Amino acid sequence: MPEIQSRTWQGYLRQDGRKGIRNLILVIYTVECASFVAHAVAAGEDDVHVIGFPGCYDNGYAIRLMLALATHPNVGACLAIGLGCEYTQPAKLAEVALNSGRPSDWFYIQEHGGTRTGTARGKAAIETLRQQMRENAVPVAMTWSDLVVGAECGGSDGTSGLAGNPVVGRFYDYLVDRGGSAIFEETVEMIGLRDILLSRAASTDVATQLDATYRKAEDYCRAVRQYSVSPGNFAGGLTSIEEKSMGAFAKSGSRAIQGVLRVSQTVPHPGLWLLDSVPDGHFMQFGYTNPNDTEGIMDLISVGAHIVLFVTGRGSVIGSPVAPLIKVTGNSRTYARMSEDMDFNAGSILEGQRTLDQAAFDLMDMVGEVAGGKPSKPEALGHREYFVMYKHQDTPTLETGCRA
Amino acid sequence: MSVAANSQEPPQPRCFQVNADDNVATALDDLGPGPVRILGMGNDRSVTCLERVALGHKLALQVIPAGEPIMKYGVPIGIATVRVEPGAWVHLHNCRSRVDERSSHLDVQTGAAKDTVYA
Repeated sequence: MPEIQSRTWQGYLRQDGRKGIRNLILVIYTVECASFVAHAVAAGEDDVHVIGFPGCYDNGYAIRLMLALATHPNVGACLAIGLGCEYTQPAKLAEVALNSGRPSDWFYIQEHGGTRTGTARGKAAIETLRQQMRENAVPVAMTWSDLVVGAECGGSDGTSGLAGNPVVGRFYDYLVDRGGSAIFEETVEMIGLRDILLSRAASTDVATQLDATYRKAEDYCRAVRQYSVSPGNFAGGLTSIEEKSMGAFAKSGSRAIQGVLRVSQTVPHPGLWLLDSVPDGHFMQFGYTNPNDTEGIMDLISVGAHIVLFVTGRGSVIGSPVAPLIKVTGNSRTYARMSEDMDFNAGSILEGQRTLDQAAFDLMDMVGEVAGGKPSKPEALGHREYFVMYKHQDTPTLETGCRA
Repeated sequence: MSVAANSQEPPQPRCFQVNADDNVATALDDLGPGPVRILGMGNDRSVTCLERVALGHKLALQVIPAGEPIMKYGVPIGIATVRVEPGAWVHLHNCRSRVDERSSHLDVQTGAAKDTVYA
């Protein structure tokens, strides 16, 4: 345990003072029409990840999300690729990344001839960016207090609330106690828990923020007539959103909540934070909050999470770009069946093979290894799923329409 | 210890009670009719399971009258829609959410939605 407490590893210092655990080149496409070329550019390049926005009409939320990922501490260089017709401007994305100290480039496919010539243009850019990125790299020692970890759950079953999420919660306590930052989200999976949520607020101001965030989530679910619970959850033994909520909330651990983050907002100071990914009320009503697990994982990475813990009782085969995903299951059968994808078996607690504290230390050890450069299972398998969609948060006026 | 070591019988299946106020426990094994050990707040007491309860699903630890809350984690996770006997499987067929109307109409085995039109 003392060894874990004082653990250090090498990271990369960025201009804004944040430190990264990876040094990646991020390719961003600005419309679906450019996605094929963007993926062709990244193909076969281990340190190149891809994200992109499918829409032709731009959206403030999606632009903030792409900028947050372009300037994420794990990213060292950026290449933005557009088709040439769309509203979102790759030049602007590259400019922000460049101003953050990251070698950056951009181009429109239409100006370079087409698929093969566009791909060649991108491959050449990657070579140059990689060289600049390596020359610019500033190695720096990192420890727990530099680390931001996100947690998400998906494919939950009856074991998630008993083992998977409690282990993450206990690890979050350890991380926060060592000066690190821990982020949880999924306020639509706190339905029925308003009083419990508010009792965890660090101050009365924070309690007010949490209350508003909770009420918005409840209004959202009522408005779209859909609660965040899936057929697989019911088949796995969860009977109601209230039951799923209590299990999901366990991953927040027990420390005081410092405040509510919005998507793409950098964590203001270390501690435990709630991320609000629910869209604000808008002329399209709300839109969708977390249409799939990957969307929530992207939101967690947008606030600067270096690593995301994904708790799944029933099992899952996703990964993530930019920040490695560590897959935790509370179901020993799922672990045995899907061990090629699952990183951590918290089900051993239910088998009586180790205590919750022991399992949380073991998880912390694994997080430390991945932070130090060891690929997580989804990372080693090449999983880089991403999802950027139209959403509306911090809408200035309804009249601004889908741009907001 | 020596009794268990000499016994040829399979180990008794288990369930887990999270909070002392809970009237249900979560199956840690696939359960069938017969005695089940209650771990956690159950302090190794036993309950007689009445039917098939799959791992991750819940069984009642006591009589729960219709209209009374189903308690897990020490909080109400739903309301009993009929009287629930001790050892009975507790799920969509006898427990409804207090907020989510849709979940009471899903298939009790698979959780599949029955209210979506595919035509």
